[in-house]
Amino acid sequence: MTGTTQSVQSTLAAQTTLADPALQQGAFEPIRSELRVQALTRPSLSYWQDAWIRLKANKRASLSLWIIIGLLLFTALGPQVWRVNPAEQDLLQISSAPGAERSAILVAPHSPWAASDVPPGTAAGLQLVGRATTQQVRLAWQPIPGAADYMVYRNIVEPKGKATFGLPLGPTGSGDITRFEDMLDLQPGISFYSVVPLDAGGNQGPGSKTLRVEIVNAITLQQAADRRLLEGRKTPELGTMIKLPFHPLGTDYLGRDMLARLMQGAQVSLFIGIVAPLLFVLIGVVYGSMAGFIGGRADQIMMRFADFVVALPFLLFMILFKIAFGIGPGESGIFPLIVAMVILLWPGTARLVRGQILQVREEAYVNAARLLGARTGYLVMRHMIPNTMGVILVTLTFAIPSAIFTEAFLSFIGMGVAAPTASWGSMSNDGIKSMLTHPHELFFPALLISITVLAFNLLGDGLRDALDAKLRSRE
Amino acid sequence: MLSYTIKRLIQGLITVWFIATATFLAMHAVPGNPLSGAKAMNVEIRQNLERKYGLNKPVGEQYLIYMGNLARGDLGISFTQKNREVNDIIREHFPVSATLGIMAVVFAALGGALFGALTALNRNKWPDTVIMLAVILGISVPSFVFAAFSQLMVVKINALLGISILPVAGWGTVSHMLLPSLVLGLGTMAYLTRLMRSSMLEIINSDYIRTANAKGLPQTRIFLQHEMRNAILPLVTVLGPSIAGITTGSFVVELVFAIPGLGRYFVQAVQQLDYTVIMGTTVFFGAFLVLMVILVDLLYGLIDPRVRVS
Amino acid sequence: MLALALAAIILVTLLMFGLSLLSGSTKAKPGADFATKTITVTLTDEPPNLDSSLTADQISSFVLGHVMEGLLRLDENNQLAPGVAEKWEIRADGATFWLRPDARWSDGKPVTAHDFVFAWRKTVDPASASEYANIMNAIRNADDITAGKLPPEALGVQAVGDRMLKVQFAKPVPYFDRLMAFNVFFPIREDFYKATHGRYASGADMLLYNGPFKMVQWVHGAHIRFEKNPAYWDARRIAINVIDIPYFTSDPSARVNLFRDRRIAQAGLAQQNLEEAQLLGWNIRSFRDGGVFYVEFNHRRDRLSRNRNFRKAIQYALDSSVEVNKVIKQPGYLPGKSVFPIWLDGVNDKFRKEYPAPEYTPDTARARAYLARAKQELGLSKIPPIMLLAGDDPISGRVAEYYQDMLKRQLDLDVRIDSQIFKQRLAKMLAGDFDLVMAGWGPDYADPLTFGDLFLTGNVNNRGQYSNPAYDEQVRIAQNSNDRKVRMDAFGRMQQIIFDDAVVLPEYERALLFAVDPQISGVVRRVFGADPDFTYVKIAKE
Repeated sequence: MTGTTQSVQSTLAAQTTLADPALQQGAFEPIRSELRVQALTRPSLSYWQDAWIRLKANKRASLSLWIIIGLLLFTALGPQVWRVNPAEQDLLQISSAPGAERSAILVAPHSPWAASDVPPGTAAGLQLVGRATTQQVRLAWQPIPGAADYMVYRNIVEPKGKATFGLPLGPTGSGDITRFEDMLDLQPGISFYSVVPLDAGGNQGPGSKTLRVEIVNAITLQQAADRRLLEGRKTPELGTMIKLPFHPLGTDYLGRDMLARLMQGAQVSLFIGIVAPLLFVLIGVVYGSMAGFIGGRADQIMMRFADFVVALPFLLFMILFKIAFGIGPGESGIFPLIVAMVILLWPGTARLVRGQILQVREEAYVNAARLLGARTGYLVMRHMIPNTMGVILVTLTFAIPSAIFTEAFLSFIGMGVAAPTASWGSMSNDGIKSMLTHPHELFFPALLISITVLAFNLLGDGLRDALDAKLRSRE
Repeated sequence: MLSYTIKRLIQGLITVWFIATATFLAMHAVPGNPLSGAKAMNVEIRQNLERKYGLNKPVGEQYLIYMGNLARGDLGISFTQKNREVNDIIREHFPVSATLGIMAVVFAALGGALFGALTALNRNKWPDTVIMLAVILGISVPSFVFAAFSQLMVVKINALLGISILPVAGWGTVSHMLLPSLVLGLGTMAYLTRLMRSSMLEIINSDYIRTANAKGLPQTRIFLQHEMRNAILPLVTVLGPSIAGITTGSFVVELVFAIPGLGRYFVQAVQQLDYTVIMGTTVFFGAFLVLMVILVDLLYGLIDPRVRVS
Repeated sequence: MLALALAAIILVTLLMFGLSLLSGSTKAKPGADFATKTITVTLTDEPPNLDSSLTADQISSFVLGHVMEGLLRLDENNQLAPGVAEKWEIRADGATFWLRPDARWSDGKPVTAHDFVFAWRKTVDPASASEYANIMNAIRNADDITAGKLPPEALGVQAVGDRMLKVQFAKPVPYFDRLMAFNVFFPIREDFYKATHGRYASGADMLLYNGPFKMVQWVHGAHIRFEKNPAYWDARRIAINVIDIPYFTSDPSARVNLFRDRRIAQAGLAQQNLEEAQLLGWNIRSFRDGGVFYVEFNHRRDRLSRNRNFRKAIQYALDSSVEVNKVIKQPGYLPGKSVFPIWLDGVNDKFRKEYPAPEYTPDTARARAYLARAKQELGLSKIPPIMLLAGDDPISGRVAEYYQDMLKRQLDLDVRIDSQIFKQRLAKMLAGDFDLVMAGWGPDYADPLTFGDLFLTGNVNNRGQYSNPAYDEQVRIAQNSNDRKVRMDAFGRMQQIIFDDAVVLPEYERALLFAVDPQISGVVRRVFGADPDFTYVKIAKE
């Protein structure tokens, strides 16, 4: 713009000079060189080039753009780099935190505990039978007089009173049975086992015993072979230490690799987050511009219908449609989610685009261009598209984070994608339940949702600033 | 003005009819029977139940009957809460959602206006940085994370102090309402803070503020009478939709904080396929939204003389 | 300027806390209050229906069990005890109950035999459309009345005067006395019912109480309050004055937070709360609610799960012990071995001690051999994807994912999980739209028959439509015999058929974990009737 103004001024100046009769012919210098000096000093920028420069100058927006590119790479190329099957479960490493200890001792496979191993009455006090490993912990104890039954408890801290024995693992079922095998969710570390005698009415009696047990991480031969951890060893000996598979971000409640799950979740979340807005914006643009171009009665009817759809309470209908479309067996539930979003959200864009088209059509510069003989094609390409594209692009950018939020929200109330499909929302929902004990299961998906939503929001801000015609003329 | 209002109301009624029809269709498209239970019943009992709820009639007839009842304001009896009319359910639980929603909007508006003004006045200084960081969090962290986290914080604080500063869950007293409404309003507060900040920045750089400063008006007066008053206008325009949006979108907060709001009932009703409650809730919320939009439009015409209702 | 804005913020904050202080929440009542003999607890949800003749869900049963009483009731050891009836007699053709003279309604009027007749007739009346009408089928003419063939007055029950109730049976029902503790058999007084004009049980003042407590407040979805009922005949037994239920929430973390905050006296725990519960030294208890969960196969004609070898392959591939210990991870859950749970009584001892469940060890090689045979019989080189219908609750979701991975790894079977909301799952189960479904059964009465007849040909709850004349024969023996040994032998044979034929695969017997305030004792948990039962609770001094 600046360049054009200058050349106009110089032309005016030349005319003034020429009109002055007092000057002589010899005083003129060749105009050509002067024109060259005042020629365009900067390349003429198209609307989009200009916007691009503005966007790049906006630090936050360009950073967001890089983050989004990073996220897309994470989604698309991540699984190529981190080649771990996100569906593979490892029940030996359930909910392990990033950086958890992963060496395990090789032990013999579990076999039923024969009663003859510990003849009744041979145990002293409360004692451990065999080694306490994450495979099993076996306890035997001296009979406690007057016990009709025994209750076995396990605690991660030392019991302090009679009501704080910890987890009730179960009764032995009879006062004659003085042994117990615990296999329930054993974690390496210190545990306190207590045996409490019960009377015939099931009430706790005196004489309870507590034992401190250190449980070590263990893996059986079969389990190690299944996980291909024995490759390269000729004769695996029991008792050797083995490293369990590495999980940089830990594992989830079924021992699945969090990083691989997050990448898979990214595919779902970003797919929903990008495809749904693309579709409803596209439908909205077509519908809105048709209404705007056609005008008249058709426009009125079309927009009245759009008003109806806008009036549907969004979240209520999201849930209702989601259920009504249903999820078939083995389906992920992504498709019904996208369809529901598209059905409910297109009118927003349609209204916006129609408004823009109507407005731009009446703008003075469009009329001027038309008077100057601009063809329809030129009008559309030069004025209509750029002036609506900006708005559409900004709408799209802001629609993405809200679509991601909607998916996360629905997954949180259990109306989102179906298991075993993972999305960041469903992973957060799973993670929030164990927020206290395994915070990493909530932290990573929630962090990714937050980063993505933030990046798209900031990019949207930047785009709006970059594309805003008002700002352009002011600066 | 009057004819405009009437016209808008008639349009609103048609919209509510559209919502009711859409809900009816979507609901009956859901496979499953609202009367089935974990234990199957024999044929006679099933037929008795279907007769009682009118489910033995063809869907078309059910639709007509429902619309007839709706026109009389009768939303029917709940399928799961067998002794309660849907009208009663709405009458008892909507005020809870509305109270929660209004408190959330009040928090959001107060916080948004204050924080927004603060950031604008201290542009690029530490209050700006701190608040804008918080705003970024408010925009990008999902509400369910906030809800769970804040509940946990309250528990920790209560445990630390040995007394209950705030209740963890439940409904009834003002103290029950603070935390959930704050959590509910957080997203909107962040959005309003940003809006306020840009609107305030525009105003403090305007000529009339410069004039007022040059005249030597007291700072407080400039702030309250000129800056705040003008900067707050854009906020007012988005409040109407915010109230409606927040009131109808409080499911998660109601669930986490054990609040007997209508949103929670809706989620349950959908899972239980409670036809009458699903219909009643959507139609009611739809009508509420429509009414809010009409009201805001009319009020806006009254407040801002530049806008003429036509 | 900054100061002004900061001042405003501080003011708002102060105002917030000022309001909260004014509202008096700082002096919150503890979950168990010795001084006022009050305990505070939560409900997962609003009671769906408190009309005792029409309801049987867990929450309504809990409420009704505290505020009303039937002819008989269950005591703290879950044994039958006299209720409104002081003595009773069960014969092969009927029963007689003698009502105590001091049983009164909360308005002071006596509870009479007519109140029972009215309530029972109401249950079978087709006009009331009770879902639980079939529980009355033991009584003469009940099924014909429900079907609309006879008027409700034809029901085989008469009041002889105010204090004697006579019942005629349709067939021998040895467990009829146990049914009397079930809320569908509770009394309803006709004059009160009629005076409510169809709004009976819609509010605290729309009910009449004859139980240990009366409901004094019912704010729907928010608050229920019981106070000791002075009109109750055995009021001396009740040691607490108030049961307050100001929170309805199904969110386990919300409940745990309330318990940690000492607002409630008892809280159900989920797996994710256990570590914290141990660290805080809570008194953790577990309780098996009597339910058995299993994977049910679809035995309909066109399904490949009809093939026995296919079912056996899956039986040997899955391990219920790993499922409970590594996937569900909740103490108290018992790995499933039989559809007959361990708490059922046999002839002289527990059923499962007299008739142990068939033992087997999961074995991949064997599973593969069975599958190979199944493929041969079915003429398939590869088994097509199989549909696993599951609920949308967290536990069945996890277990379904575990099955999917296990069956893929062990048998190279593709499992498609079909996770549906409750009503849709029911619809699909009824329509037979599944290969495998994760199902469960809560007992209706304390006899193995409540589980055994599930796989009887034609039973509406036989969703897999398993049909085996040899099995049906055993069910018929158990239904028609009055000899305990003969019946238990029949159940033992059913247990063996279910294993041999892999009719269903038992997964687990469910347990509930909860934490109790150390100040209270005497919380009774029940498989049948009001659970939990707080009527025996005592509060100790802090």
